[in-house]
Amino acid sequence: MSDTLKKQTPSQTIGPYFAYGLTPQQYGYAYDSLADNDMTRGLTNITPITITGTVYEGSGNAIDDAMVELWQDDGEHKLFGRYGTGTDEGNTFTFTTIKPKPVNGEAPYINVILFMRGQLLHSYTRIYFSDEAELNQTDALLQSIDKDRRQTLIAEKNGEGYTFNIHMQGTKETVFFEI
Amino acid sequence: MASEFLDQFDREVQPPYLHEAYKSTLLRAPLQPLVVPPKKEITRSGPLFKDFNLGALDHDLTKNSVKDGEAIGERIVVHGKVTNEKGHPLPHTLIELWQANSAGRYVHKVDQHDAPLDPNFLGTGRCMTDAHGNYKFYTIKPGAYPWGNHPNAWRPNHIHFSLFGGNITSRLITQMYFPGDPLFEHDPIFKAVPPKGRELLISKFDLSITEPNFALGYRFDIVLRGKHATPFENL
Repeated sequence: MSDTLKKQTPSQTIGPYFAYGLTPQQYGYAYDSLADNDMTRGLTNITPITITGTVYEGSGNAIDDAMVELWQDDGEHKLFGRYGTGTDEGNTFTFTTIKPKPVNGEAPYINVILFMRGQLLHSYTRIYFSDEAELNQTDALLQSIDKDRRQTLIAEKNGEGYTFNIHMQGTKETVFFEI
Repeated sequence: MASEFLDQFDREVQPPYLHEAYKSTLLRAPLQPLVVPPKKEITRSGPLFKDFNLGALDHDLTKNSVKDGEAIGERIVVHGKVTNEKGHPLPHTLIELWQANSAGRYVHKVDQHDAPLDPNFLGTGRCMTDAHGNYKFYTIKPGAYPWGNHPNAWRPNHIHFSLFGGNITSRLITQMYFPGDPLFEHDPIFKAVPPKGRELLISKFDLSITEPNFALGYRFDIVLRGKHATPFENL
């Protein structure tokens, strides 16, 4: 069976110059963007939240050329957002979205795909929420991860919004998934 | 087998996170083991842009940013088929494209290479596969350009591709190269791909799509991760 399969096209890095192709309006280029960091556009009767964070490389420096994609689907809302870390002060990213509903009793989460120069293959992680402590406590996937590393997946409620920093390496290295 | 069902990255052809010759990976590659989540959750992945309305000139990079003349360089037409690992075509899959101009210069503000910008060429576009998984776009052949990875480092000519496919596991960003490039053996980004995968990144000259008196043709077929028709939506 497996010898009849085609080989996957290999991944290559997004490189440092993706902005005018993938996030053109955010960076001020004259081309329309596929998506941006407002994932709530056109939605009604929702409670928007903001998620803000920084992507750090192993040296501790904030990465200014990463592209962050958020993918979420709770059965009611399928949402997508995309933002580069090169335009905001401190090289942060910010998204406006809604918190997904829990599905099948699992803790709600948002998928994150991370691309950057220096990554030949993109990284997958997830955003869980600190104010879902009860569901987080019973979530099989979260509980399967060592307690000290589990915390890297949980966005911290911070007034009206959430903070979610991503560490590529180091003692606070974010949990990344093989999916 | 879980690994069979999960359609994981094929490490025979996919590059690693850490590849020392490509220096930017040293501080950016995850170093801890990856965590494998339960497979059932993978279908919940967000929208896939099957209904995205392309602009009339999105598929023609030679025309979509002209200001007062024509884009300079060698016109080419690139086509191919997007399939899953079983060879089933993936219809209505959005492809995003970006590249350097014919002189090897990116429009990006950070690119300081001393080569001319082309006022009539931005170097970005989009296309969508048709009902049979085929795509086609027009552009200018990109030039090689220097970068700072090591002394006298140059990237081979390439076009960046970004594809969605059927769900988040099929997401792919890659680079299409041109046949016979002498820079392959000196490029740590290309060579980070295991030997079995390298030729999959190289387009083939295609006389059948070459347009007489207009543009050379290249074929670049793309295989996205995925083998299962349901419930993964990737046909």
